[in-house]
Amino acid sequence: MLTGMAVDAVEHAPETTAAPLDVARSDASLRRFLHGLPGVDQVGAEARAAALGTRSIKTTAKATALDLAISMVDLTTLEGADTVGKVRALGAKAVHPDPSDPTCPRVAAVCVYPDMVATAKAAVGASGVKVASVATAFPSGRAALDVKLADTRDAVEAGADEIDMVIDRGAFLSGHYLAVYEEIVAVREACGPAHLKVILETGELATYDNVRRASWLAMLAGGHFIKTSTGKVQPAATLPVTMVMLEAVRDYREATGVQIGVKPAGGIRSAKDAVKHLVVVNEVAGPDWLDPDWFRFGASTLLNDLLMQRIKLTTGRYSGPDYVTVD
Amino acid sequence: MTPSPTGTRADVRKTYKLYIGGAFPRSESGHTYEAVDAKGRFLANAALASRKDARDAVVAARGAFGGWSGRTAYNRGQVVYRVAEVLEDRRAQFVEAVQRSEGVSARQASATVDASVDRLVWYAGWADKVDQVVGGSNPVAGPYFNLTAPEPTGVVAVLAPQASSLLGLVSVVAPVIVTGNTAVVVSSFRRPLPAVTFGEVLATSDVPGGVVNLLTGDATSIGPWLAAHMDVNAIDLAGLAGDAVLSAQHEVAAADNLKRVVRAPAAEPDWAAEPPLTAMTAFLETKTVWHPRGI
Amino acid sequence: MARTELEYAPAPESRSIVDIRASYGLFVGGEFVDGHGSSFKTVNPATEEVLAEVAEADERDVDLAVKAARRAYDRVWSRMPGAERAKYLFRIARIIAERSRELAVLESIDNGKPIREARDVDVPIVAAHFFYYAGWADKLKHSGYGETPLGVAAQVIPWNFPLMMLAWKVAPALACGNTVVLKPAETTPLTALLFAEICQQAELPPGVVNIVTGAGATGQALVGHPDVDKVAFTGSTEVGKAIARTVAGTDKRLTLELGGKAANIVFDDAPLDQAVEGVVNGIFFNQGHVCCAGSRLLVQESVAEEVLHRLKRRMATLRVGDPLDKNTDVGAINSPEQLARIRELSAAGEAEGAERWTAPCQLPDTGWWFAPTLFTDVTQAHRIAREEIFGPVLSVLTFRTPAEAVAKANNTPYGLSAGIWSDKGSRILQVASQLRAGVVWANTFNQFDPTSPFGGYKESGQGREGGRHGLEAYLR
Repeated sequence: MLTGMAVDAVEHAPETTAAPLDVARSDASLRRFLHGLPGVDQVGAEARAAALGTRSIKTTAKATALDLAISMVDLTTLEGADTVGKVRALGAKAVHPDPSDPTCPRVAAVCVYPDMVATAKAAVGASGVKVASVATAFPSGRAALDVKLADTRDAVEAGADEIDMVIDRGAFLSGHYLAVYEEIVAVREACGPAHLKVILETGELATYDNVRRASWLAMLAGGHFIKTSTGKVQPAATLPVTMVMLEAVRDYREATGVQIGVKPAGGIRSAKDAVKHLVVVNEVAGPDWLDPDWFRFGASTLLNDLLMQRIKLTTGRYSGPDYVTVD
Repeated sequence: MTPSPTGTRADVRKTYKLYIGGAFPRSESGHTYEAVDAKGRFLANAALASRKDARDAVVAARGAFGGWSGRTAYNRGQVVYRVAEVLEDRRAQFVEAVQRSEGVSARQASATVDASVDRLVWYAGWADKVDQVVGGSNPVAGPYFNLTAPEPTGVVAVLAPQASSLLGLVSVVAPVIVTGNTAVVVSSFRRPLPAVTFGEVLATSDVPGGVVNLLTGDATSIGPWLAAHMDVNAIDLAGLAGDAVLSAQHEVAAADNLKRVVRAPAAEPDWAAEPPLTAMTAFLETKTVWHPRGI
Repeated sequence: MARTELEYAPAPESRSIVDIRASYGLFVGGEFVDGHGSSFKTVNPATEEVLAEVAEADERDVDLAVKAARRAYDRVWSRMPGAERAKYLFRIARIIAERSRELAVLESIDNGKPIREARDVDVPIVAAHFFYYAGWADKLKHSGYGETPLGVAAQVIPWNFPLMMLAWKVAPALACGNTVVLKPAETTPLTALLFAEICQQAELPPGVVNIVTGAGATGQALVGHPDVDKVAFTGSTEVGKAIARTVAGTDKRLTLELGGKAANIVFDDAPLDQAVEGVVNGIFFNQGHVCCAGSRLLVQESVAEEVLHRLKRRMATLRVGDPLDKNTDVGAINSPEQLARIRELSAAGEAEGAERWTAPCQLPDTGWWFAPTLFTDVTQAHRIAREEIFGPVLSVLTFRTPAEAVAKANNTPYGLSAGIWSDKGSRILQVASQLRAGVVWANTFNQFDPTSPFGGYKESGQGREGGRHGLEAYLR
C-alpha cells in the first residue's frame, strides 16, 4: 500500500518520458501491484456518486459551474462522414459558442480524427482553443503497433496539441498488462510535445476494479490525462466511473507528486450531468482539478444544453434549440 | 342509446384487440370470432389469437423478464397494488363487463369485482414476503454459511379459467407476476372481453410492456403451441379444467423442456377462496448458496 | 494558474409546504382534543425558534386514550378481517407517499436533521414500512407466531427518527390487529401529529391510533397503565431498564430498542474508499443521533494511518449548517441537553488522554451545533469507548488480528449493530457469526428496510422490528 507523501509541486508530467517504475518489469509484477490496489465495492461506489448527484447547485454557483463546464468541453466530431465543411463549422463554434454573447467562454479544444487535424487547426486559428486528435486505430485499437504509432505521428505532424489514444482492451482483459503499458510508453514518445490522453474504454473493462487498475497502469506509463471512453461503446462516462478515476488521480498525486487529468467522454448530454461531474471533481479529487488543464468533457450535444442553461440564468426564461447554433 | 334532439345517439363501440408487449395489436392472422353474452347475443368481435401471436407474446415476455425480475420486490408489490387501484377506479365498467359476459346479476358481478380488487391487493402484499416464508438459512454441518432463496422461473404460459372471466383471470395472473415472472395468458374463449379491458388496466398501471401478454382465443388450439414452446419455463393449465385427456397431452408436450406444469383441475374451483401458497411457489425456483466461514 | 473554487450557493427547501399550527391538542378517538394538563413548546433546534405549543397529556388524558384504544379494539379492529385492515394500512402508506415532501420538511424543522436525509431516507422508509406491514395483515397464518393480536399497545418513541420510529411501532401493531396509544418524544411531536391527520384522511376507524404528546411523566403513565397489553419502547437503556422493572410481574408483553456503541471494523483488505464512506455515514448520518451508529472505529493497525488520513480528508468535505439547505450533510443537535452531554463526554475524552480532531467548519450563531469530531488513541478503558455519546463523535481504536477485533467489538454491554469492511467473503461471514450484535452490516452501514429485522443483543434491547420476525411482538 503506497503511503501518502507531502504534496508540493502540482505540475504536468515532465516533458521527457519518465523512467518506468520497478513494477513494470513483467506481467506478473504489474499484476501483483495492480491487483494489490484497494478494491472498489460497486454498491458503495454507486451510492456515493448518486449522493453527490443530489447536490443542489443554484444561482451564483450554477453560473460558475456552467462557465467552467463550457471552458472544459472538448467539442468533438468523430464520424465516418466528417468533412472539411463539418470540421470548419465545429471549429467556428468552438471559438464562439454563443455568437450573441461575447462573455461566453470558449471551449477547451476540438477533437477530431487525424486526417482532419489540419482543417481544425486552421479553423481555430490563434483563439487558444486546442486541437485534440484521436489516434492508435481509434476506436477499437485493433491494429499493429507500428500502424498505431504512425497514426499518432501523423496527427502530431499535422499540428495536434493533444492525442487521445485507446488502450488495448483485449490485452488488458487477458492480463497482458506489460503490453498495454509498453504501448502507452511508445505512444507517449511518439507524441513529442503533444499531451497524451489515455482512453480506458471503461464500458469494456466492465468492473470498477478494472477501471482503477487501468487508471494506475495508464498513469504509471506516462499519460497526462486518463479518459473514460471513446463514446462509441455504451456505457460510456457514468458518474461512478468518473468518480473512481478521480480517486485514482488523487491517490496517484499523493503517492508520486504528479498530477494527472481526467476526461469523461460520451453519455454526458445535459448541463445537469456536467454539473454533477464538477461536484464529484470538487469533493473527491479537490478544487485543484477544477480547471480545463486538469478536467475535460468529451462531448458534442452537451455544449448546446450548457448554452441554453446559461441563457436561462441570464435572461430568466427557458430557452430552445432555435437560440443556439447547429455546429 | 340515449335520445338526442335529432333522435337516438349512436355509441362508439370498442374494438377488442390483443395485448402484447405493452401494445394492443390485432391478431397477425386477421381472424376474429364472435363474443356473445350468456344468452347468445352478439357482444363484439374478439381477436382470435394465432400460434404466431403466441410466439410473439413469448418473445415479448422473455424480453421483459430481465427487467421485471430485476426490480425490487417492493416495487413489484407497488405495481400490483396500483393495478388494484386502477381496477377499483373502473369498478362500474367491470361490473357491467362481468354481468354481460357471465350472465350474472349486478349484485353478483359487483361481488366479483370487489373480490378481484381484493385478490390483487392480497397478492401485492406477497411480493416482499414470499422469500421470508419459503426461504431461509440452513444450519449445515460444517463451517459454511448456507442460504436458500426463491427466484422466478421465467416466462409462464397461463391458460386462464373458462368460466370466471375476471376473478379467475386475476387469480392466475397475479401470482405469476408478483413473484417476478412474466406471463403469456390465453383468456376464456367464450368470455374474453373482461380480459381485454383488464389489459387496458395493466397498460395504465405502470406494468412494463411484456410483463403480461393477453391473447383472446381458443386455449385448446393455442395451448399446445405454448406447451411445446422451448422458451417457456412453466405452464398453468387452469383453462383446461375438466378435460383430463387434453391436460395430459399438454403435460406430455411440456416434458420436452421439462416445464413446470400446474395441472388442470377436475373442475373450475371456487375462486373466492383464499389461494394456497402453491399458486406462487409453482413458479419459483429454489437457489441455495454456500460460502465458507473463516478468517 | 488561479484556482477556481466551486462554492455551493444556498439551496433552501421551501418551508411553505408545511402548515404548522400555533397549538396542538391530543389525538384521541379519531379527533384532536384538548388535554387536561399543561402544555409545552417545541422548538426548531437550528434557529431556537418556537414552532408550536403542544398539549402535555396527564394521567387522565392517558386513561382516556387507552379507553379509546380499547373500545376501538373490542368493537372494530379485532373483529375486522385482516384483508380489510390491510387496505387501511395501504391507504396510509399511499398518503404518506403523496405527502412525503411535506412530512420531510416538517421533520427537518422539528428535529434538526438535514432535509436531504429526511427526504431521501426517513420518509421513504416510513412509507415502505406501512406498505410492507399492510401486506401481512391478512397473511398472519404464515407468520409462524400465531394469529391473535394482544390488544392495546403502549408505544413510546424517541426524538432521533420521530416519524420513522412511529412507523416501526404503529405499522406492525395495526397489521396484527392491535390498537395503539403512542407517545412521541417531547422535542419532536409534530410529524406524529401530522400522521394523525393522515389517519383521518385514510378514514382509519377512530381510536385505532391515538397520539398522546408529553414528556417523561406521560410516558410513565402510559406504560404503567393497567389496561395496556403490550409495551414497546425505543430510547435510552436507562429508561428501558426502568420500564422492564415496571412491567415485571404483569402480563404485559415488552419489547425494547435501546442504546448502542457499535464497532465499525475495517480490515486491511477493505475497499478503502467505500469503507471511509461507511465510517463517515456510520457516525455522522443524522448527526450521530443513531442508536446503531458506528461510534467506534476499529481499524486494523497496519492500515490505520492510511485510513485516518482518508477519513479526515473526507470529514473536511462535510457541510454542517441549515438543515433545510439541500446541501447540508450534518444538521443541528436536537436539544441543549443533548449538546451538553456530547460536550461533556468529548471533554472526558480529552481528559483521559485521547487525541481530538475536529473537521474545519463554520457553525451558525444560533441553534445547537457540534462539529464532526474524532478521537484517536482511544482504548476500551476510555469513557468515550464505552458510553453512548449520541452525537457526531467517533472514537478510533486499533486491532491486530480478526480475533482481537471481535473481542474488542463484543467488549461492551451493548449489542445493537456492527460493521465489517473486508474484500474477503469468508472473513466477513465468520466475523459476522462471532459478533454479538443484532444487525451486522458488511461493506455497508445504516441500511434499513422494512423486510429486515432490527434489534439488539444484551443491553441494547430485546425483540425485533421489521420483517416477519417483527410480527412476533404483536401476536400470541
